[in-house]
Amino acid sequence: MRTAKEKFIEKLILFCGLASIFFVVLIFLFLLKEGISVFKTVSPGDFLCGKKWYPISEPAQLGILPLILGSLLVTLGAAVISIPMGVACAIYITELAPAKIKEILKSGIELLAAIPSVVLGFVGMITLVPWIKNIFHLPTGLTALTGAIMLAFMAMPTIVSIAEDALYSVPKSYREGAFALGATHWQVIHRVILPAAASGILEAVMLGLGRVIGETMAVMMITGNAAIMPHSIFQPVRTLTATIAAEMGEAVVGSEHYFALFAIGIVLFVISFAINVTADLFLHRKTK
Amino acid sequence: MDNPKIQINNLDLWYGDFQALKGVNTRFREKVITAIIGPSGCGKSTLLRVFNRMNDLAEGVKTTGEVVIDGQNIIAKGTDLVTLRKKVGMVFQRPNPFPLSIYENIVFGPRIYGETNRMKLEEMVENSLKSVLLWEELKNKLRKPALSLSLEQKQRLCIARLLAVRPDILLMDEPCSSLDPQATTRIEELMRELKVNYTIVIVTHNMQQAARISDETGFMLLGELIELGRTEELFTKPRDKRTEDYITGRYG
Repeated sequence: MRTAKEKFIEKLILFCGLASIFFVVLIFLFLLKEGISVFKTVSPGDFLCGKKWYPISEPAQLGILPLILGSLLVTLGAAVISIPMGVACAIYITELAPAKIKEILKSGIELLAAIPSVVLGFVGMITLVPWIKNIFHLPTGLTALTGAIMLAFMAMPTIVSIAEDALYSVPKSYREGAFALGATHWQVIHRVILPAAASGILEAVMLGLGRVIGETMAVMMITGNAAIMPHSIFQPVRTLTATIAAEMGEAVVGSEHYFALFAIGIVLFVISFAINVTADLFLHRKTK
Repeated sequence: MDNPKIQINNLDLWYGDFQALKGVNTRFREKVITAIIGPSGCGKSTLLRVFNRMNDLAEGVKTTGEVVIDGQNIIAKGTDLVTLRKKVGMVFQRPNPFPLSIYENIVFGPRIYGETNRMKLEEMVENSLKSVLLWEELKNKLRKPALSLSLEQKQRLCIARLLAVRPDILLMDEPCSSLDPQATTRIEELMRELKVNYTIVIVTHNMQQAARISDETGFMLLGELIELGRTEELFTKPRDKRTEDYITGRYG
């Protein structure tokens, strides 16, 4: 009786585990099936490197390079802002902050994570967009930079909380050893604690970036949504995600445009996957 | 007595409301090994951690009295901890090399004191490793991660790392408690060699170890230093009844 129950639970857990893999594979196959059809009309090279995205003109031009660059620009911008700030914030929380401030900061960051992205986009639209426009004397405040700043806010909570865990898990004995050698607090932090926590911090950064690259709503609202080749961060751009979200509703099912949007999905999938794999590789190299 | 390297006057220490050290008065002689023994929780590690102010890392620690090293009261406010810890190095119970290469571990100290000359750093690495008898084993593996070493090698490396900053005083907090008996013997031999140049204070729960290696021994109980004197005398003719009870195994 008992063993039967054990067996049943074991099988159930196995089933759940396999199911998650099964669904991932299913999603990918579905994406692939729908997306691959676009290559009947455009070559993969033209699709990835084409500079014009006019999906409903006749004939349709399906080059997603502007979209890829739009995503990269916004993501890189967000990374440049959120990584140093996030890591510095995690260091402050773990190493320097008095207990009370630590609690306030931690709940503040959790709160930041709880803001829905559409709300963040909305706030950005009202406050940040006019501000960027005035400061840089731009024709419009809906730019890649605006998107990057808002997305930095979204990446921060992930980066801070995971980096903080990584810093906490550095053995106390390393700190003691370094202090006992006469190191100052800053020397202990940057020569011992940061290197020891490097793999965890990298993981934090990757997960933060993963969140940024997949983000849709906020970027759609504040980056201007112009599918043109970006030349600087002060221009409107459109990201891969925003393209799918904005156009999927109006694309005719079974049309080239429809398949192209699925192909964009594949590209996004590959990018996210690549980020995760890189992070994994680094992590494993460190632990070896 | 001659050459007091560390002179302690009326030292009291509290962790919050708990008094961990009670009116300690004693002195530690230069270039000898002094062992501090006593049952767990008697304050021996705390006393050791006064000498390089490691207790400062814990919160709510209050210290009063005087601890004079080379004429300077190191308990006083405004003591430069960096200079103090350069002079008074510490080896911990569990070997704690940094997760860096062997080389980087040893140059850690010299680097934070501003040494950047490669030749000098390499020379320091060689000398320090030679003093702890690791040079022959490790000279071709200096770039290997320190965490790949055996426990004994790690502990030796930690001592080498310390010697690279040229301290005067070595504090050792149960340095052999995570090592096997053979490794313990070898570390003890190393300590005997080191005492020619360094003043060593070792905390140990192992009375035999204290008897084997130390010139002087202090016995602590419940935060008090009961007595401190020549090791043979303390173990053969203890002045205090409590010392006698402890070394004969009545408690502890």
